[in-house]
Amino acid sequence: MHKVVYKRQLSHDMFWMELEAPYVAAKARPGQFIIFRVDEYGERVPLTMAGSNKEKGTVTIIFQAVGRSTSLLSQVEEGESIADITGPLGRPTEMEGLKRVCVVGGGTGNALAYPVAKGLHDAGVIVDMVSGFKTEELIVLEDEFKAAVDNFYLMTDDGTKGEKGFTTDKLKALIDSGVQYDEVITVGPPVMMKFVCKVTEPYGIKTIASLTALMIDGTGMCGGCRVSVGGETKYACVDGPEFDGQLVDWDTLIARNAYYMAEEQEERDHVCRLTGGVRHYE
Amino acid sequence: MNNSKIKTPMPSQDPNVRNSNFQEVALGYTEEMAVSEAERCLNCKNKPCVSGCPVNVRIPEFIKKVTERKFEEAYEIITSTNSLPAVCGRVCPQETQCEGRCVRGIKGEPVGVGRLERFVADWHREHQEEEKNNVSSAKESNKDKRVAVVGSGPAGLACAGDLINMGYDVTVFESLHKEGGVLVYGIPEFRLPKDIVAYEIDNLKAKGVKFIRDVVIGRSLNVDDLFDQGYQAVFIGTGAGLPRFMNIEGENLVGVYSANEYLTRINLMKAYKDEYDTPIKKHKKVAVVGGGNVAMDAARCAKRMGADVHIVYRRGRDEMPARAEEIQHAEEEGIVFHLLNNPVRILGDDKNEVEKIECIKMELGEPDASGRRRPVPIQGSEFTIDVDAVIMALGTRLNNLICDTTEGLDQNDRGGIKIDEENNACTRPGVFAGGDAVTGAATVIKAMGAGKKGAAGIDAYLNK
Repeated sequence: MHKVVYKRQLSHDMFWMELEAPYVAAKARPGQFIIFRVDEYGERVPLTMAGSNKEKGTVTIIFQAVGRSTSLLSQVEEGESIADITGPLGRPTEMEGLKRVCVVGGGTGNALAYPVAKGLHDAGVIVDMVSGFKTEELIVLEDEFKAAVDNFYLMTDDGTKGEKGFTTDKLKALIDSGVQYDEVITVGPPVMMKFVCKVTEPYGIKTIASLTALMIDGTGMCGGCRVSVGGETKYACVDGPEFDGQLVDWDTLIARNAYYMAEEQEERDHVCRLTGGVRHYE
Repeated sequence: MNNSKIKTPMPSQDPNVRNSNFQEVALGYTEEMAVSEAERCLNCKNKPCVSGCPVNVRIPEFIKKVTERKFEEAYEIITSTNSLPAVCGRVCPQETQCEGRCVRGIKGEPVGVGRLERFVADWHREHQEEEKNNVSSAKESNKDKRVAVVGSGPAGLACAGDLINMGYDVTVFESLHKEGGVLVYGIPEFRLPKDIVAYEIDNLKAKGVKFIRDVVIGRSLNVDDLFDQGYQAVFIGTGAGLPRFMNIEGENLVGVYSANEYLTRINLMKAYKDEYDTPIKKHKKVAVVGGGNVAMDAARCAKRMGADVHIVYRRGRDEMPARAEEIQHAEEEGIVFHLLNNPVRILGDDKNEVEKIECIKMELGEPDASGRRRPVPIQGSEFTIDVDAVIMALGTRLNNLICDTTEGLDQNDRGGIKIDEENNACTRPGVFAGGDAVTGAATVIKAMGAGKKGAAGIDAYLNK
């Protein structure tokens, strides 16, 4: 069992949670992920870590309560426990040889981009952070980013805070203004990452995308997370989760990730009628 | 003596009932049936059946006890060499092992060794309240020696079972949230009920084996960490690893699964049960590619989920690696076989979802390296089958996670972990391995045999 030691609500559906997971905390590095399971009936859900504390034996996750399992997780309170946390899984972010990097985060992806941006900055890399949100009330981690990176650019789709526009607009403007990036790293909705890659491609800037794919075991056994990269089939769980975004077959990935939407909706409605959406924890 | 040329029939669920439920297909012998079947055994002097068993169960001896209705004594004979009889009695390929060598099989059907083993194990489970500790071989001097077993599938469980009986301090590390490996994520409930697996694991726990779940060796801990933590030997039984695909067009379309994924959703995650959250699609028509036991399992699961199921296999019926019984069960349940057909590509719709599978007809040519006749495509014979899902059951390749994170662990030429066949020792001292992680996809009982050899190897290593 993995106890929730700290919980904070960041926006109406975004949560910051610190949980006991000593095995994971001892080895975790930026870019890696965990798989959690809320209780005996829960799915196995992959989630990139936002941080870890080796001394306390805890990991931090930031997540949006969008699906069945993340909604259940958001209802777990401090002092309560969830059934399983496995990890750290996947390969850590490669930082060697980087001097200046632009990290582009979209929506929830910002939470996952935060440890990567901070890790790079701590390693002496100059980090420009472009964070995009739909609207002001969805903004998270603004202060944390400001403290952790060299330049922070806040974007909202509707202009309610920061600059109005998409992250891709800002990224292109920065590149056009003459900033030399060794690499762009992007974490966010696949559609945004796809367009980030389209922006950087003509400039020949290597672009790393952190993929969230559907998976079960997270160790290569199920093959559910496979993604086509440069015509080769790769497994996001063991070969990733970070890949050269310009080589990723985005359309297939987007379709694969959307495959269970109908079942998910049915499951939510189904439980709502029975129990009001709340399952009791052991 | 029972002179019947055929085995006492196994009561089983009607095919048209069972193909829509997940309860066990074979229902098991009654005491009378078991005694009657046991009386078919000739109790041969040279015991050919025993040499056909990877763990050398003393078959005629236990069968003799069944004829005497001393079922508990029969159980003790079996468990002196086989720690998972209820599992083996259900899933071993007896026709190529013990029963394949039975003298009764020359003129008629062999003795139903598997059915009797299952009966004895089930009888014991139903009648015995407390497990006796088999401590005859336990040595006091072993109790401070710690051994780590990586993986709780058949190889790991057999290894842990033997080591705890020898008196060692044994800890099993499992990467998933539930112990059992392929016995829980792979083999379906209707062939191997999960409470039987749980019972066997509880037995090991009662004997003192510790299980730590949710720990991935190679990520959460690596082999060096285990030695640093005071383990003096490590057994790697991590199983077969990454599923193989055909590398044909359309394989990453939505609705194409590995058999591992499809079976794991159903068996481990219990997606077929309402109260579990893991989603599964209710497909209308499914193609399962492959001819092994895993293909049969996937096909029969898909059938139970309500689909019209078609197996596509590139060789002929005689070349199918699946057990005869599994093929027969699949046929009885209404699964359609397209033999001598090979997929060429998978076609999708505008949403990238599977729409049809294109196959080509094959004919059998000269025998290949496996001794089976090589299938050769017949040019121009392509045709399509309309399906909304394709399940690839083509075997697996080694997962490199442990080899990549452990110094001095060499691989064999098949990509598995390299071992000394004598004692299952790896190229790094103190590390042993066995099961599919070494051989590639094989059977539960072979993995168990390797686990036992590994335990003997570890015992010799720690007492040298």
